Amino acid sequence: MNPHNVGVIENPDGYGKVGNPVCGDLMEIFIRVRDDVIEDIRFRTFGCGSAIATSSMVTDLAKGKTLDEALKITRDDVATELDGLPPRKMHCSNLAADALHAAIRDYREKQKTGEGAAQHP
Amino acid sequence: MEGRIYLDHAAAMPVHPGVARFARRFPESFAGNPSTIYREGLFAQEALAEAREKVAALIGAGDPASIIFTSGATESNNIAIRGAALRNKKTGKMVVTSTIEHISVLNPAKDLQKSGFTFTLVPVDRFGVIDLDALGAAVTPETVVTSVHYANNEIGTVQPIREVAEIVHDRGGFLHVDATDAAGRIPINVGRDGIDLLTLSGNQLGGPDGVGALYIRPGVRVQPVLVGGGQERGLRPGTENVFGIACMGEAARLAGEEMPEESPRLVAIRDRLIAGITGIEEAFLTGHPAERLPHHASFRFSRIEGESIQLAMNALGIAVATGSACTSRTLEASHVLLAIGLAHDEAHGSMVATLGRRNSLDEVPRVVNAARETVKRLRAITPL
Repeated sequence: MNPHNVGVIENPDGYGKVGNPVCGDLMEIFIRVRDDVIEDIRFRTFGCGSAIATSSMVTDLAKGKTLDEALKITRDDVATELDGLPPRKMHCSNLAADALHAAIRDYREKQKTGEGAAQHP
Repeated sequence: MEGRIYLDHAAAMPVHPGVARFARRFPESFAGNPSTIYREGLFAQEALAEAREKVAALIGAGDPASIIFTSGATESNNIAIRGAALRNKKTGKMVVTSTIEHISVLNPAKDLQKSGFTFTLVPVDRFGVIDLDALGAAVTPETVVTSVHYANNEIGTVQPIREVAEIVHDRGGFLHVDATDAAGRIPINVGRDGIDLLTLSGNQLGGPDGVGALYIRPGVRVQPVLVGGGQERGLRPGTENVFGIACMGEAARLAGEEMPEESPRLVAIRDRLIAGITGIEEAFLTGHPAERLPHHASFRFSRIEGESIQLAMNALGIAVATGSACTSRTLEASHVLLAIGLAHDEAHGSMVATLGRRNSLDEVPRVVNAARETVKRLRAITPL
């Protein structure tokens, strides 16, 4: 178990958080965007091995991509890149693509409203 | 498994080397069916009789005929609960268990509802000790079977079985005790403890998998769950697993013989492990601090998840268990950890270490360091 892109980006351009600790999986993703490209991406996850693996994989997949390309990354893409997940983990622990999309949406909202970076807790 | 530290004996035990030696002495040409009367059949009958005596001796059962052999603890629990409840349903149609029983006790009890039984769960306190007042209120003269385990496999807590037996017998019902995790580790005496039916697992005594036993106090009537030939007093039909049963018998003998030395040795390792791991920030013991099995140390860590703990410990060479929902087939949090009052997110962060005869005090620092490293790594990436 050696996850990539672990940690926090201070004052991120976009921030997404999905899941909840009662279910056992909670993920947050931080992105730094330059010229519509994901220049840096970090995650923090509370959850099982599959949850950590999908978080790590989605950050690897998204890094260097344009926002539109990154929005096309699906849960299935993440699972496929990991050579599959146990069937019962496909739903609960495969939230990383959702967290990425939430971070991108957050970035775009902020661009629209002209606000600064999203605050994370 | 060079360099590994195995701490999940509650899940599976290695076969005791004395049992392996015993198995090697078993004749290679052995082919006797105990239902036959030629010499080979008689050899098989003797092997069964010897195993029955050895198992009876471990639990202080005077009459070896009170032991029947099964395929394991799950089957023993099913025969005890379904068999005794259905056979005695004229007395009443109620069964009672604690909230923290093994699933192979809870499910047969639940299933009896289809046969018109009511099923009552008795709560435990935050250490996992059964609430005797609630038990007294739940057990009535209509309660045919009450099932309370000797000790819990997830939190190690040992139950006040004699007090439980008094309450159950005062109302006239039978007490079934699942002793899978306790037998061979703490002294059990079915007479002294007031036990009517007792479940044993062959593997948990240091024998092979796929064999178990059920003690049935003489006079307690049980009906079969499986029907077929008349083997094992008709309660476990099918040709006996002679080799497995013989090995379980030897395991029971060795466990009884070694318990006076082995249990204190395990307690010393356990207590050092508990002291070390509860020294980690936001790490807590689960289960009872004193009334616990000699080989059992169980914990929870805040803000991290058990399956990740298990994987990280595995990468550091150590096999541990967890009650995390993420490792269960149903993805539900452990019913035991919820029953002792933990919140769902707290129950996710559990780690269980169960010791065996190969473990030693020398291993404790490596385990504690690995746990410390694991907790540090996982806390560094947790959003909580």
